Amino acid sequence: MAVPILKQGQVLIASIQTALTDTDVLQLREDVMSQVTRHRSRGIIIDVTALDVMDSFVSRSLRGIAHMTRLRGAETVIVGIQPEVAFAMVQLGMQFEDVQTALDLEEGLTLLQAQLKEPLAGGG
Amino acid sequence: MEAESRIAIESDADVVTARQRARELAHELDLSSTDQTLLATAISEVARNITTYAQRGEVTLRIVRDGHGRAGIEVVASDEGPGIPDIERALQDGYTTGGGLGLGLPGARRLVDDFDIESAPSQGTTVTLVKWARQVPRSIRA
Repeated sequence: MAVPILKQGQVLIASIQTALTDTDVLQLREDVMSQVTRHRSRGIIIDVTALDVMDSFVSRSLRGIAHMTRLRGAETVIVGIQPEVAFAMVQLGMQFEDVQTALDLEEGLTLLQAQLKEPLAGGG
Repeated sequence: MEAESRIAIESDADVVTARQRARELAHELDLSSTDQTLLATAISEVARNITTYAQRGEVTLRIVRDGHGRAGIEVVASDEGPGIPDIERALQDGYTTGGGLGLGLPGARRLVDDFDIESAPSQGTTVTLVKWARQVPRSIRA
């Protein structure tokens, strides 16, 4: 099932709705990369609140997306990692410290806003 | 006779099914939400090893009990794939022949209480995991 990606100003918001298969994750990577290019996005938020498992494949793929988008001049923030999921990731041995994370969507937007130093939502 | 659940693993969607089925079983046994997540993550790792290395295999879930009446969930992930030539190495963090991070088996071992692996070249692989409930569930007390 495809992950919907919304454009809000300079930011893309990918909001994962349900458990992802590996194929879905690879599709998300492709979609994010093509939309960053199309919209000249500066920031990406990937909301993983709905994920009850982040195994090594998903974690590695999300980290990969963050690295790839950075090479395209856009910062990715992963938001909404559940407490149990965080615990499992640490036990698993996942290294995630080179990826920006935030508690939730709101915190993620604040973080990106501070980094881009201009209003992102294109309002006003 | 306890319920047993067998899931054929042939695609990445089956990996998701296996861990969701395990979570349902874990929920029935009153495993804590954290333990449910640890178990589901471990299953994801061993089931993915099946699709990555052996293409197909199966995951069997069953409720087991120890001598003290404590219940747990046993997961058997088996395949008839190429097998693991060097199990000790496969259990080291960062060792992979499949292009991943090499966290699958060693990571899964850290996520569960009991872990056993049997494999030999061209004999397939069987990984057995158990996650024990922290307390005796109400259903089997007294």
